[in-house]
This record gives sequence, structure tokens and C-alpha cells, in this order.
Amino acid sequence: MTGTRKILDRYFTAIGAVSILLMAVALVALLAPIAFRGVQAFVFRGTVEHRLLQLEKLERGNRMRIEDEVGAAAEARQPVYAMLDAFAAELGDMGFVERRKYQEALEELEDALSRLLGPRPGGVRPALVRDQYGQTRWDRARAALHEVLYVQEYDYSDPTRMGQAVDVPRQADFAGTSLEPLFPYIEENLESMLRPRWTFYWGFVTDTAIDAHIFGGIWAEVLGTIYLTLGAMLFAVPMGVIAAIYLVEYTKENRLVALLRVCISTLAGVPSIVFGLFGLAFFVNTLHVSESKSVLAGSLTLALLVLPTIIRASEEAIRAVPDTYREASLGLGASRWRTVSTVILPAALPGILTGIVISMGRAAGETAPIIFTAAVSVGKPLGLWDTLSEATPALPWNIYNLCTEHEAAEAIRHVQFGMVFTLVGLVLLLNVSAIVLRARVSKRLKG
Amino acid sequence: MTEELLVNRTRVGNRPAGAGAAGAGAAAGDDGGPAHVATEAFSVFYGKHEAVVKVSMGIPKGQVTAIIGPSGCGKSTLLRAINRMNDLIPQCTTAGAMMLDGYNIYAPDVDVVALRQRVGMVFQKPNPFPKSIFDNVAFGPRLQGVRGRRALAEVVETSLERAALWDEVKHRLHRNALGLSGGQQQRLCIARALAVQPEVLLMDEPTSALDPRSTTRIENLIGELRTKYTIVIVTHNMQQAARVSDYTAFLYEGELVEFGATTGIFTHPKKRQTEDYITGRFG
Repeated sequence: MTGTRKILDRYFTAIGAVSILLMAVALVALLAPIAFRGVQAFVFRGTVEHRLLQLEKLERGNRMRIEDEVGAAAEARQPVYAMLDAFAAELGDMGFVERRKYQEALEELEDALSRLLGPRPGGVRPALVRDQYGQTRWDRARAALHEVLYVQEYDYSDPTRMGQAVDVPRQADFAGTSLEPLFPYIEENLESMLRPRWTFYWGFVTDTAIDAHIFGGIWAEVLGTIYLTLGAMLFAVPMGVIAAIYLVEYTKENRLVALLRVCISTLAGVPSIVFGLFGLAFFVNTLHVSESKSVLAGSLTLALLVLPTIIRASEEAIRAVPDTYREASLGLGASRWRTVSTVILPAALPGILTGIVISMGRAAGETAPIIFTAAVSVGKPLGLWDTLSEATPALPWNIYNLCTEHEAAEAIRHVQFGMVFTLVGLVLLLNVSAIVLRARVSKRLKG
Repeated sequence: MTEELLVNRTRVGNRPAGAGAAGAGAAAGDDGGPAHVATEAFSVFYGKHEAVVKVSMGIPKGQVTAIIGPSGCGKSTLLRAINRMNDLIPQCTTAGAMMLDGYNIYAPDVDVVALRQRVGMVFQKPNPFPKSIFDNVAFGPRLQGVRGRRALAEVVETSLERAALWDEVKHRLHRNALGLSGGQQQRLCIARALAVQPEVLLMDEPTSALDPRSTTRIENLIGELRTKYTIVIVTHNMQQAARVSDYTAFLYEGELVEFGATTGIFTHPKKRQTEDYITGRFG
């Protein structure tokens, strides 16, 4: 018998250790790529275009030095435009049929080139910011270079298989013309044309997005998330804690209270999208807290979502306060409310804080409840007063939006990962600060 | 501050008691001073169970009265009824009257909060709040509206001195009270109760969780406090009752078997049950 018991005991220890190890591995497997790719939104090889954009749009950087750099880059680019001009002249001398053959290929090449290096100097400035600059990141520049050098074509020669993508060098299109040397020139001199340099772009969090997240940062989203989370807490914490106090200290256990508890548990299990629809139907359409989506409506909806968590955690925390404290306080002639406010709540504070922490993380990360009530894809950072009436971009919604609906989703992967990284970081920061706070309060209580 | 207290006190039972009060007072008067707390056919029920059965006795002013009896005899219940701590227990009801200075504290218009400020309590296990020593003692005065730093510091010092704790804690008043030893914590609880300036101090087995040395200190403290306060102490320990009390009540199965001067009860018990219990034949 003893032998079996020992073996079982050892098995259990092993299983426990293994499951914890698996969880740790899963966590690392999840967080490592997020961290690695998220950091690339902040730290990357920025090109001269990046610095130029920062200077022109955000007035950041040393104007003299950047202008010098832009001049040097323009000098390196000069041969490219010279070759294009030479080819244009060559084109003029050609016959109609030949000219048509080259015309289309030339337009494609010029498009690809402007994506890489930006618009040709001296021309009309394009309207969209995305067309005004070349690639700001070296990794994206390499991808754009590939598009300059190669045309992607599909090979349908094998009827049994799907078409295969094949990279055909563009150089072949212009064989024998004055454009032929353009391609090796660009490939070799791209660095001097774009001058990449390791950049720490701290502004990724604090800058507003420029031209639908193609450039710039995510401040509007970060601020929106902070507003929504704090707003939700503003409503949920007082309501939840008061409800918990009432349930524990003021009611006697009866059927009604039992029913109330069941309702709260059920509320905790309602899918978040249902909360979103409810928020739209109730706060926006029925109560008209705002004309349309707004941070206020979103906060209220999120508050409902986290309310059960806060009530439950606070209830447990208040219940865990020893009865001897209540007796001592009442025995000294304190009223019920004084007992709650001066003895029970302080003693239950660590537990209540834990509930708040968990709910904050949840509120910050929830997407579904804010789709209908608060979130928009594109927007400015809001002032505090605007939160009552205006919708806001928010990290969880914009992560989804940028990954699925953005016209250049492929080109802004770094922004998507940067947003995920920032959201995880934000939630982590909230949690850590709450844990520190909790530890401080506990320490004060223990003496 | 004293004036405020008086105002509070007048709120307790502003209706004159029935004729019975005089009788109970007279009963106590046989043995000593006038009755401070008097019960008249006082019963406490938990649901249908009668835990304290028609007890009538007068607890004299400025003396120590011990309530003894075997476990479950209702002595704690009776003690807790004196400042209505039993109200916290659902389905707990009372019958008869509990008189404090001639006013029935179970009359419907009694302000329980004010009552508890007049009748302080020290519990079986030391139960300081998880706050600083200062805040623990200042808890009661703050409830009564004392706000000034100096006034509070004064009350705290006096109370701690009366509870014989001042010298040990005067340098760490702002440390957490839970860092004190068990005996110190219990004395702190006594200081906390004294800071409210009660007239009656109820002690529910105050030394049962303490070591012998701390017990001695608390017993000495009770001796020092006796003239200023009316003290009622519940104890399991016969020697303790003999050592600290002037009067002793022996309760058995909720009924008051014998009540009288401690020396009398311990040397010439009138009832057989009392003698058996005191000599250790049961209980």
C-alpha cells in the first residue's frame, strides 16, 4: 500500500511539473514572436525617407543634417533619373509599334521606382502622404527593390498544377536599351540612395498615425484603450464594490440573494459580442448617452462586462476578512457603515485590487464589446472632453482592422505587431503596477 | 470631549425603567455597592433554544464580577448580551430586561452604537485591527468625533498607560499592531476599549489564548482597573476567578445557580452544584 501511495505521489509531482513546464513553453512560444516582431516597430533600420518624413510632418530632427543627407541621397539617385530621361529620348526616336511595346513596361517600372524612392524630384507633389515618400524602413525597401528588379508572372505550363509564381527579371524587358544598366545600378547603390541607419523610433507609441498607419505611430489607439479601460473601471469599480459590500454585509442569505448570485454568475458567462450588441441597443439607441459610438458608451459596455468579475473578487475578499474585526469594531461602538469603511474595506483591499487588475486586463483587450459602441478604424487622439461624444480608435479593434481590412495589410506588418506588443505591454504594465500596489497594501496590513 | 460623551450617553434608554429595576438593584445592594448592570428574568434564545434562562442578578458598580460555569452554560452569551453583541447573530432573541443604570438596553428606542460606547468589550482572542498601534487605540475616539492630533495623542497615551502597555510601545506607535506579541495585543485591545471611556468593561475569557506571564499581567491590570470601571469577566479558570473578582456568578445550563461575593462562593458555596464545580468534580 505504502509503495503504491509513494508511486502515485511521485507521478502526481511529475505530472504537475510537466504541465507547468508546458505552460511556460507555450507562453514563451506565444510571447517571443510578439516581442521579437513587435520590437521591430520601435527599432529598425530607418532610411533617409524616414528622417525626411519625421522632419516634414512632425518637425523632428536636425533640419540641416537631414537636408544634407537628402542631398547626398539625391546625388546617388541622379543617375537613375538620368537613365530614365535618356530612355525617354530613345523612346521618342522609336517607331509606334516598338514604343507601345516599351510604354507599358516603363510605366510599371516607374511605379515600382516611386514606391521605392518616392516621387521623382521636381514633379507635382502627390496628394496622398503615402505617395510623397519612398520606403522609410530598410526591410520594406528590400521588398520594394525586389519589385523593381523582378516582375511576378504565373507559369501555367503544367496543366495538372496551379499556376506557379515566377520572378522574371525586369531587365530582360529593356535588354539593349539605355535602361539596361539601371537595374544593376540600383541593386548596387540602394544603400547610398536610401542611407539606412539603425533607428530607435520611440514615437511609435506617442505619434499619431500618418495616412492610415502607413507611417507614424499609434498614439490614438493607445490613448483610446487607456480611456476605455479607465472609463470602464470608473463605472465598474464603485458599482462592483458597493454591490459586493451589500451582498456580504447587509443582506441575509435568502432565495432572492441566491438568485442574484446566479444572475451575476450568468452575466460573467455571457459572450462578449452579446455585451457589444446590448451596449449598442441600450446605451446608444435607447439611453442616447451619445449620438453614435463614443468612448462613454464603450466604457459603460465594458463596465458591464467586467462587473461580475469585480463583484465576485470583492465579495470573496470581504468575506475573507475575519469576523473578529467586525466584532471589535462594532464592540467599540462603530456603526455598520463605519465598520465597513474603516475596517473591512481596508482589510479587503488587496483582494479587491486583484479583481480590479484582472478586469483591467480584460477591459483593455476586449474587442467585441467596443465594435458597436466605441471603436473606429481611423481617428485622432481624443481630448478628455471629447470622450463623452466621440468614438475612438482602440488597440484591440485596430489590430484586427489592420490585419484584415487595411489596403496595405502586407506592408504594415510591423505596425500590427507593434500594436500587439504595445497592448500586451500595456496590460502587463497595468498588472505590474496593480501587483506592486497590492503588495504594498498587504505589507501595510501585515505590519 | 467629555460633554460629547455625555450627550451620547443620554441617548441610551431615555425611558425610565420599570419597577423591577429597583428590586434588582436592591438584590445587589445586599452584597455590595449599587447595581450597575442588572438583569431581570433575562433570557437569550438561539432560535427556540434557551441559552440563558431567566437570569436575575445585579452587577455592582466599580467591582469585578466573574461569570463561571462549564462550557456551553451560556456565560459568554450572557456577557455578550450586556452590550448587545448578540444582535449580530441571526435568530437570536431575548426576553426579560437588561438594565444599565436603570434603563432597559433592549428597549426599542435604544441606540446600540451609543450603548456599545458605554459598555466596552475585550474578546477571547486578541483582535487588533491591521492598523498601527496608534490607529487601533484612536479608533474609538475618532468614532466619537475627536479629530485634533493632540487630543488623539493624549487619549492614546492615557489609554495605553492604563492598559500598562505605554512603556513597551511608546517608541513604535506607528508600527502595525499585528507585530506585537499575543499578550501585548490583548492589552492593546483593552487600551482600545478604554479609549472609548466606557463605564462597563466586558471581558470574554481574555487570557485563554495567552501564556502564563501575559495572563498574570492582564490579571494585575484588571486589579488596577477595578475602581474606575465595572468589569465583568467570563473565565474558565477557577483560580483566575478567585484571584481577580469581587463577585462571582455561577451559571449552569443557562441558569444562574449562585451569585455572591467571591470569597463566599469559593469558601462556603450555598449550592451543591457550585461546590461540585468549584472543587472540580465536574465541568
